[in-house]
This record gives sequence, C-alpha cells and structure tokens, in this order.
Amino acid sequence: MQFTLNGESREFDGNPAARLIDVLREECHLTGVKEGCGEGECGACTVLIDGEPVCSCIIPAGQVEGADVVTIEGLGGNHPLQELFMNEVGAQCGICTPGMIMATLKLGDAPTLDEIKTALAGNLCRCTGYAAIYRAVLKWKGMPEPASAGSAVVVQ
Amino acid sequence: MRLAISGLDMRRATSVEDALAILRNEKRMPVAGATDVYIALNFGTLVPKQFLDIWALDELRTISKRGDTLVIGALTSYTALIQSHLVAEHVPMLAEASRLVGGVQIQNRGTLGGNIANGSPAADGVPVLAAVDATIVLRSFERERRVPVNEFYTGYRKTVMQADELIVAIEIGTVEGKQWFRKVGTRAAQAISKVVMAAVRAPSPRIAFGSVAATVVRVPETEKILGAGGSIGDAADVLSRELKPIDDVRSTADYRLRVSVNLLRRFWSDTE
Amino acid sequence: MPAVGNSVARKDGIGKATGAALYADDIVFPEMLFGRTIRSTVPRGRIKSISYDFDTTGFTIADYRDCPAKNAVDLMSQDQPFLAEREVKHMAEPILLLAHEDKEKLHAAKVVIEYEEEEPLFDPEKSDQVFKSIDIVKGDTDAALASADVIIVEGTYTTGHQEHVYIEPNGVIAVPENGGVAIYGSVQCPFYVIKALRCLLGSAHPNVRVIQTETGGGFGGKEEYPSMIAGHAVILALKSGRPVKIIYDREEDMVATTKRHPSIVRHRTAVTRDGCLVAMDIDVLLDGGAYVTLSPTVLSRGCIHAAGPYRCDNVHIHGRAVFTNTPPNGAFRGFGAPQTEFAVEVHMERIAEALGIDSVDLRRMNALRPGDKTATGQTLRNDCSAHMVLEEAVKRSDFVKKRAEWKGTNKSIGLALFYHGAGFTGAGERTLKSKARLDLIPTGVRIAVGSTEIGQGTRTMHAQIVTDALEIPYETVEVAQPDTSLVADSGPTVASRTCMVVGKILEECAHEMKEKLGGLTPADYYVKNGAFSVERMYEPPDWIQWDDSLYRGDAYATYGWGCDVAELEFDRDTYEVRPIKLTAVQEFGRPIHPALARGQIEGGTAQGLGYALLERVVMRNGAMANGQLTNYVIPTTLDMPELDVVMMENPYPGGPFGAKGLGELPMDGPAPAVVNALRQMGLDVRDIPATPEHLSNCAMA
Repeated sequence: MQFTLNGESREFDGNPAARLIDVLREECHLTGVKEGCGEGECGACTVLIDGEPVCSCIIPAGQVEGADVVTIEGLGGNHPLQELFMNEVGAQCGICTPGMIMATLKLGDAPTLDEIKTALAGNLCRCTGYAAIYRAVLKWKGMPEPASAGSAVVVQ
Repeated sequence: MRLAISGLDMRRATSVEDALAILRNEKRMPVAGATDVYIALNFGTLVPKQFLDIWALDELRTISKRGDTLVIGALTSYTALIQSHLVAEHVPMLAEASRLVGGVQIQNRGTLGGNIANGSPAADGVPVLAAVDATIVLRSFERERRVPVNEFYTGYRKTVMQADELIVAIEIGTVEGKQWFRKVGTRAAQAISKVVMAAVRAPSPRIAFGSVAATVVRVPETEKILGAGGSIGDAADVLSRELKPIDDVRSTADYRLRVSVNLLRRFWSDTE
Repeated sequence: MPAVGNSVARKDGIGKATGAALYADDIVFPEMLFGRTIRSTVPRGRIKSISYDFDTTGFTIADYRDCPAKNAVDLMSQDQPFLAEREVKHMAEPILLLAHEDKEKLHAAKVVIEYEEEEPLFDPEKSDQVFKSIDIVKGDTDAALASADVIIVEGTYTTGHQEHVYIEPNGVIAVPENGGVAIYGSVQCPFYVIKALRCLLGSAHPNVRVIQTETGGGFGGKEEYPSMIAGHAVILALKSGRPVKIIYDREEDMVATTKRHPSIVRHRTAVTRDGCLVAMDIDVLLDGGAYVTLSPTVLSRGCIHAAGPYRCDNVHIHGRAVFTNTPPNGAFRGFGAPQTEFAVEVHMERIAEALGIDSVDLRRMNALRPGDKTATGQTLRNDCSAHMVLEEAVKRSDFVKKRAEWKGTNKSIGLALFYHGAGFTGAGERTLKSKARLDLIPTGVRIAVGSTEIGQGTRTMHAQIVTDALEIPYETVEVAQPDTSLVADSGPTVASRTCMVVGKILEECAHEMKEKLGGLTPADYYVKNGAFSVERMYEPPDWIQWDDSLYRGDAYATYGWGCDVAELEFDRDTYEVRPIKLTAVQEFGRPIHPALARGQIEGGTAQGLGYALLERVVMRNGAMANGQLTNYVIPTTLDMPELDVVMMENPYPGGPFGAKGLGELPMDGPAPAVVNALRQMGLDVRDIPATPEHLSNCAMA
C-alpha cells in the first residue's frame, strides 16, 4: 500500500492491522510520535491524516492507504508554534508536546479561548495545567490573552 | 500493546457491495474508525482476529433527507455530525451528543455506525437514537432490513445483527417536540458517561438512558405516566423503580439512580 | 540584564517541540531485547509452582536466583525484593522476568504460577505492622484539652491514593558495556538507581552508570520505582549479554508502580471561644503498602506539616505508616504534606463554623509569624509569610464580598492556607552531603550535577544561577545530561531542593570559579591555562539544629507559603463541581525564572484540583481496578478553571539569589480550598476525592 508521509510518498507492505503508531515509530523512525496510553485518551500520539488530528495508537495502518499523514517531524524544525511552546513554557517535560502541537494546527484564525480548549481537550498534559499552552497558541494566532486565560504577577 | 498483530488478519473492502460479498463468505468483524476495536487490541482483550476494514466506503458517509426522514450513513463521523446543517435542524441533540464524545481526535474517527455496533451501554449517541425512535438499516449480500434501534439490543453488547450484515445507515423520522440531552461523564471532556439521558417532550414523551443498564434503554413506564398527564413526582418514583443501574469502576448504582431522577425532573421543567 | 529573575530562553533546546528529544522508548541499541515482568495475581500468598506454557526458545528467563549479589532494592530499608522468592505480598509484585527480541512473542508468552493464597490485609487501621512511628510533642496537649474554658472540635479526614500519570510511562534500557552495565532511563534520581544496582550486583560488577534520558514527567513517581525496573533490566541484560529495554504500558505502570499514600488523619483541637488555638492532638495514619520504600520520610514530612501554618503552644502529632497487602506507595509531589494539610485546613474551617466566627479571621488570629514556634519547636525567621499570602489572596480574589454574595446560590468560594518545607528534613541535607561541579570548557562552563530535568526547568534555572554568579553570558553556560559516571552526585531531584540546595552549591562553585579566573573570561582562561573544575559540597545553614529521635528542632531551613482561593459552581442535579477560578498566591523566596515558576504553580494546582475532585484509584482485591486513563481521570483543558497566579517574594538568605523550594508547594492548597468552598454550600465533605458520587451522599446527609 502507498501513502504520503510528511510530504513524501511511502510504501508499506506489512500487516494492515499494524497500529499506525508502530509503523511510524519503528519502521519510519519518527519517534516524535509518542505513546502515552494506547487507548486514544492522552493524545500524545496525535498525527494528522488528511489534515485532521487523530490518535495513531488506535488506527490500523491499512486505513491510511492513499492518505496524507503528517507527524511532528513533518513540520520541520522551525514552525513558530514549536518555539512558542518552549518560550511560553507550554512544554515542560515535553512528552505531550508533539501531539499537542499537532492538535493545535487545525485551529482557525482568531480562535476564542473556548475553541482552543475544545481543540485540545483530547490531549492530556500533567505538567502545565494547560494555561501556558493557551498562551503559546494565542500568541501564535496573534490574539491577546483574555482574562480567563489566567494571569500572573510577581510581587516584590 | 498486548495483542500480537501478526495473528490478526485485516482485509480491506473497497465498496459496500465488496464488503457484503466478503461478509457472506468470511466471518469478519467490520472495523470503521477503530476507536473501540483498537483500544481492546491494546488492552489485549480483543477476541476476534479476522477483520473487515470498511473505512474506505465513502458511500456510507452521506447525510441526506429522504422525504421527512433524515438518513445518516453509518460511517458518518462525530465531526461530520457536529458540522451537519441537516443534523442541527433535525436532531440537534445528536450534534450535542457528538460534541461530547472523546476529544477531537476521537470525533474525527468514531462513527455513528460504530457506536451502535459496539453495543456499549455507555454509548453517547445511542440514547439520542433511542429517544427519537431511529431505525437501523442493516444490509447483507442478499437483503436489506430495518430494525428499530429500540429492538436492536438483546443484552450486554449483544445485538440482532447477523454475522453477514453491515449497518449501512440510520434513519430518523421527523422529531415532534422539544429535544433534551444531558451527558454526565467522569469529567468535563474525554469522558465516559456515567448517566446519559436523551428525551423528547411530546404528547407521548420519549425518554432514553445510557449507562444505567446492560443496554441503552427507554423507560416505558415513566413515559406512560408522563404521557397520561401524571405528575413529575409520580414519574420520578416510577423511574427510580424502572432503572436498575450497577456499581462499576466509574460510578455507583445509587448515584446513577439519583442523577437519573434529577435529570428527569430537570428535563421536565426545562421543556415546559 | 541579569539572567536570574527573567524568563530567559530555556536550555532544553527545541527538541521537545520538534520531536527530536529522545525519551527511553525512542532509543534503540543493536541486538536489543525487550523485557517483560511477570507479576503476582494474588495479593498475598506463597508461590507453589511456576511453569512455562510457551516455547522458551530464544527467551531469556530470570528469577530471584539471577540476582548477582542481593535480591533487595536498597532504599531506606532492604525489605523489598527485585523478584519475589517464595512469598508474595501484593498484587503485581514482580516474580519472573522474560526477554525476547520479538515483542509479540514476548507478550504472547504464558507463564502459569500457582499460589497458596493467604488472607490479605487491606485495611491500614487493622494493620499491626508499623513501618515507622513518629511523635511530635510540644507543650502539654492532654492538660490543655482537659482545661475548662476551651471548646473541643474533633474530626476525621481521609484522602485516597493518587496516581502520578506522568504522560511518559516508566522505561529503562540496560546495556552491557566494558564488563559492567549502563542504564538509560526515565529517572528522577540516577544516583538512587546506582545505589540499588550496587546492592543488586555487589562487587562483581563495579562498572555501573546511569544516564538519564529525556524524562516525560516524574512528580515523585520516578523517584524510587525506576530502581526496581533498572534492576530488572540489568538482570536480563547480564543474563542475555544483550541490551534489554523494559517499557511499561500504561496499565502496568498504573497498577504496579507507586502511588500517593492514602491517609486517615484525626484532629482533636482545643480552642478558646474567640478562636485562639490552645491544643492540637493529631493522629496521622498512612497506608504504606507492602514494603517500606520511602514511607518513613513521607510520614515524617506529613507529620511535620500536620498542624498547618499555625501557632499553638500544645501540640501532639502521632503518626504511623503501616503495612498492607497492596502495591507499595511512595513519593508523590508534596510527600505526605498534601494529605495532612488537607486535614488541618478543612478542620480549621470546621473550627470556625463551630465557633461561629469568620474562617479568615480564625486564620489571621492563629497563622504563624516570624518569631513564632512551629510544632517541632522551630523558631521562624523573617522569611515566614503566612499573613502576607493570606491577606493578598483574600484581597486579590475579593473573597469576603464573593462569599457573602454567593450565599444560597450554586456558587461558592473557599480558601486554604498552607506551607511547605524546602529540602530534606532536619539533618537530612547535612547527611546527604550533596555535591555540584562546574567544569571550565573551551566555550564557557558546564554544569555537571545529577539533578534531573523532568519538565520543571532544572537545566535553565541552574544555568541562570551560574550565569549571574559568574557574570558571564548565559549562552556560554552548558548543562550536562546526568550520567552518573560524569556528574557530581547532587542528591535526588526531590523535596523542592533542586533550586534551593543544588542551585546554592552551584552558586558557590561559580563564586569559587570566578575567583580562580582572576578576571579572565572562561574562554580566555582556557586558552591560557586549560580546563579546570570546581566541585563543592552543600553546607546547610549552621543554625540548623535537629534531634531526629525527639523530632524537635529546625525541621526545614525555610518554608514556602501559600494561600489558594477556589471559586466553584455546583450542579445540584448531577453533584458535579465546576471550578471557575483558582487564585494561587505563593511565596517561595524569589522566582529564578518567572515563566517556569508560574508553570510549576499552574501545573501543581492542576494536580491538586484533580486530587480534590476527580482522581480516584479504585482498589479491588488489592489492585487498582481502573488502571486506564479512561477510568482514572485527570483534568483535561475543559476541567481546568482560570488560574490567577501571584508569586510573592520574601528572600531566603540561604538560597541562591534568595530562592526557596517551589515544586511541591502548589500541590498542598487546592484540595482543602475546594473542599472549604463546598462547605460554604452546606456540603460537609471530609474525604477526597470529592467525586460527584461522594458529594451526592453528602448532599443527602
């Protein structure tokens, strides 16, 4: 079977029942795709299939025949979101970050905070409490931080 | 992952006709978005080993109107249900239920047909279908038949489906009356439901619950009381006898019953 | 612009965001095998027989007889075996190890173990096997409780297990090398692993080193358990002569590894009619699980914090950590304090209720001030900020107005005042003798410490301290990835000590290095004189006095202080709580990197909210029955409220640039703040998690 992976045509002749995540990590060596739960719950394995975020740990590889698959590696190394996740501390331990970024990409222009939360509700982060992730995404979209995105002050 | 992939045999169908021809000869479990099947695979609890991948059957992805009937293709994803104008117009509570399924990733892959076939009593979409008396269209190589959703389940994860049948569509007639839906999950998003209630306020109210019995259920006794003009208090009493929820790792029987009764009251006052 | 106090670029690089950062499961070695642990399926019993129901060709199989020197995980005690010999004390206890190059064959292998089952003990209150018992005595509590002019308020408060849910499950790789073995793994404390492996291997295998791979979260969950997994991987690697990778799947990780200790805390308090605390009698019981692990120190921290940030002349805290036939509990952010501070803060609210006085006033009246003595008799210094954080939180959240306005509605507001000791307890830092090293390298300097970056910002924060202490460009400071053969043993990355203690040693190293540089830049010095290193050991403040037998003295060099205000909405149909806003006012000396510090507070608060409302470990027959992320639920984006973070400064002179510890403090406040808000609504909650099921029972009561 043939599919497109990060912009390049790719052949896969293994068992179509193989999990997409295993094909990506083990055969294609794209270890930016992380496995956190194997139950489609944490979103760390999120990739795009035909532009839509999905959990690659619960997708049979055979189902991407003819499809366009993009992993975090497909963004190259200098997508503005990647830098913002680091600078805004939206990434702490980093294990959820690739999946979080992939889930973020689908957001339209000028998203509201609620839209960001809904888009990322399928991605678990245990480090940040999500607030710094909202800050990274809002900045990427050039949106001001609404009060409900949280606030912080240093009192000397 | 706890199950050996090499022991699995997945065949891909290219069309509905192709799928039905395969199912006529081979016993295979149809797999759509795999959001339930592959979780079982990861946990090592999946029993079937032969699968039929039906993801490519785009002809089952349509949402259309046939006269007054809304016809939803079995492979329609939750995302498509959320975005559909026809669904919003005809059964808005189905869109609402879809929004509360998993996260975006699951909504992109999970299908209405898969939700029905999986047969979980906690299925979020099924109580809606039960409350609107939806019909499930089953097709085999030889024939097509229509089964009311309320006659589809025969027990815990058991259905009337034959091994050679495929769910191809869900049909919903005109829904008269106010629709009301509430999912009570384990958390605000990505939650498995502890109680789901879907209801239609009409001269004969139709009320369905999920997660409170072995299957999604309608509550005919409660409906009858309300339909006959009985008080909501009496209906609540009847409901608390009519439901027999259980304790599990997600919730308790007591809680489920208490909340079901509260939701019935809320439905009644909200739709006055 | 100084580096300290500014949110400078992080030393992590971009790898975490591009997918290039390598976590344990991302690393592959040639000829590598995969390892699997066969675990007990009974909570208590004797192993009668073990048989293999699979073709063993190509498998490496190991049991306790394959432990080269000693079958004991060397932690505080050596009671826990790497592999059970005859006796099984808890569910999921490791018994046998398998390795194979084919993951599928490995998982398909069926091992049949027969047991002679024995009656398990699950109820800690019925346990007579005490791992550790502590008494903290101040004044005469019995006499004060018996005095005529006081009101007695009693209460029992319980907390459940909590699972860490780091998103990267545990994993290590053992690689044979040069007659020894190297461990690559997701670990918080590489030198703890070394200690455990030395005991396992004895003198026959002196060459062991541990290299920390990028670690996908820890929160205490990768403090002690990785020693066990590393031991397993090493046993298999030595037996097979090949690299062995063991990665837990989520369910194995949840069911088999440590959790936060469940607690039962009883309070009996004497208070005057106007609200002055006269005596506090506190009983703390922790369920330790089947082996000692770190329970004694968790109990210690729990007991020391049990009286809360309050002044009281007569205090008796009695604590026990006991055995049960459940998987051992262990370190988790806060380390006993979240349990006991939950109890005391809910109890304070009930005292206010019993007296009919404002609970904020009750706290104002009793909160510790500089010069006051804690339960262990420690006299607090000027870096005590209880009143400062309380007043700021009340003001900033508009607490009094909202509380009045929301009365009788489905909204409510509650607060909790708390504190957290930084660093090891008592003489702990003195006996630990942690070291840090700075290497001069051609491009600048390199920090060589065993402290691990697990998301909290260790690399960056240490580099900032060194930058400013050496007055060199931040870009010229490198941070070595912890490899125990190359870096100094700076002690474990726990106990909110990585900034305050290890950062302090680094600051001193930098000062010494600066002197040696004699005004030259590191690069110029290197060209002229070549490389050199500075290594120093931690010296705790000389005023610290601690008597470990009496539990008296200066328990911690300093404390962080916090006041959390939780605003909630309650659904009376479904008993669901929706947090709307949480104001977290926390004083931790000084933020080295404000954005990272804010992240610690926001993330710790999220874990605290999960602890308060959502996270319930369901135990059945001594094992976690909901070991899936679907069924053990942590907060998602939609579960989190608006977070308002206030970082207050009150420098600690013994910390680097005035900094105290921060990592654990934010974990202590959310649960009592939430439960105190629920109390405002008439819900008498004394147990967490306050799930809707629990609240429905409270509402019926």
